[in-house]
Amino acid sequence: MLRVEKINYEVNGRKLLKDITFQVRKGEILAILGANGAGKSTLMGVLCGEKKPDSGAVHLNGKALSAYEPAALAKCRALLSQQQQMTLSFNVEEIVLMGRYPHYKNTPKQQDYKIVAETMELCGVSAFAERDFLSLSGGEQQRVHLARILAQIWDNPDALLLLDEPISALDLHYQQKVLAIARALARKGFMVVLIVHDVNFAAMYADRILMLKNGRKLFHGTPVEVLAQKEIYTIFSVESNVIMNPRTLKPYVQLEEMDIDLD
Amino acid sequence: MQKKQKFILLALGLVLGVVSIVALGMGAYHIPSADILTMLTQKLHLGSVEAVHNMQGDVLFEIRMPRLLLGLLVGAALGISGAAIQGIFRNPLAEPGLIGISSGASLFAVLIIAFETFLFTSLAAWIGYYILAFGAFVGAGLTAFLVYRIASKNGRPNVTTMLLAGIAINAFAGALTGLMTYMSTEQQLRTITFWMLGSLGGATWDNLRALAPFILIPVLILPFFGKSLNAFSLGELQADLLGMRTDRVKRWVVVLSTLAVGASVAVSGIIGFVGLIVPHTVRLMGGADHRFVLPGSLLLGALVLTLADVIARVAVAPIELPIGVITALLGTPVFLYILIKDK
Repeated sequence: MLRVEKINYEVNGRKLLKDITFQVRKGEILAILGANGAGKSTLMGVLCGEKKPDSGAVHLNGKALSAYEPAALAKCRALLSQQQQMTLSFNVEEIVLMGRYPHYKNTPKQQDYKIVAETMELCGVSAFAERDFLSLSGGEQQRVHLARILAQIWDNPDALLLLDEPISALDLHYQQKVLAIARALARKGFMVVLIVHDVNFAAMYADRILMLKNGRKLFHGTPVEVLAQKEIYTIFSVESNVIMNPRTLKPYVQLEEMDIDLD
Repeated sequence: MQKKQKFILLALGLVLGVVSIVALGMGAYHIPSADILTMLTQKLHLGSVEAVHNMQGDVLFEIRMPRLLLGLLVGAALGISGAAIQGIFRNPLAEPGLIGISSGASLFAVLIIAFETFLFTSLAAWIGYYILAFGAFVGAGLTAFLVYRIASKNGRPNVTTMLLAGIAINAFAGALTGLMTYMSTEQQLRTITFWMLGSLGGATWDNLRALAPFILIPVLILPFFGKSLNAFSLGELQADLLGMRTDRVKRWVVVLSTLAVGASVAVSGIIGFVGLIVPHTVRLMGGADHRFVLPGSLLLGALVLTLADVIARVAVAPIELPIGVITALLGTPVFLYILIKDK
């Protein structure tokens, strides 16, 4: 269980997060939606410990984040950031194996190698194991990072998986695959908090959606509850038409075209 | 560590051992390697300093041996500190000089040389050398500390700011040093120049004993940061998320590097390039895993400097070339070759 209580975060006099409160249950995928500058990345920053809130607290599995030892926290929380710059050339397997660092002191155990092999297989990067990471394409590199952070928490079903716009660099197949992996993990009990830009991906894969505007939580609920014409306009300032997919019983958001006249 | 990496380390160690024995024999006065081995085993068995009396023995034990040991220590220090700093800055082109160590050391040394007449009239001459070395060491520590503080916010050091502050401090110290050289006498200028280009000629058992701990301790502790530095390459946020305590790692690496390099500069002047090309070469040989690169850079650094010192002593014997000249002359083409080939 992830409990976020009254988080406030301010930078240079600007309030980026105002009284954010919500919970994520075990086995739930929460998608955070919002326009640019709404506070999504800032909130993710607070959840991953990069940013310390001015007030409020985050509790993971009954314990405040600040109360955890770094090594213990590393075993129950992992973050996949957006594109990451790497300069030293490790090979792919070495990088995925780094995900197991919190689990071994000096030498990786058999279990660590097994988990690394599994996550690499799942993310479709097993073939790259011996290759120099820097020689891979952006999307391939992102999948390697995904394999690494999955390896980090693979054997802890109480863990929290944080995905910060994980699919922007990936092709359609892998965009869906990453979200499908997230859902499969949720079924095993993992908590997933994810930031996506595509409203329909959120509708398809998330159990609940949190919508932010100007640092405030405006809407929070299941896709059916919060993905409606009025809410979408409030958050994104776009016209839409929401229909129900009869097969999946999930909302499908059809966006209306925007028209601008230059004369 | 992979098999290949272990093999490379072993090979480096063996080559280092052989080169060391050969280096002991080379110089203006040549001693055959066989004799060296004989004398060494004699020394070890009989255990006393008085055991070997002839000219060969004196040259070997009083001149060559401390010089070799100094070269090994300084080379190891420069190599491993370079690798560690590159790990912290996540940049294969970083080196300890970037955080102000060398320029701070040289500034203080130059100040002392320039004002020597003022100081030395009140102190015995032999203290002069120690003041110089100590001053350099203090200068290294002060500038690194200054750079570290400038770059830290709430006790958390930011590596980019550290880099920028280092560049600024280096420039400033360099300017002051230049000013000092402009104001020096002919004799002072020669001392300054020779110091700025580095030399292992000042090695004696006394100053070796004094400075060895400052070099040995960091050099032996740094390899334990291999795993942390690997995590560092993923970015500090990810390293934190893996439980690596990045603030502590940064602090320790900067302190240990400053100690090791500062002490080295204090005894042997400024020797460039070793901290830059040695780690890069080691990475090309066996990959970027710091658990391999750190000990590898230690060994290769010692090896490179020992070889460079042999050349320095032998190339235009009996005159000695400054070792910094050799490392730069050899280092630049190697460095350029690495850059071009890497494209």
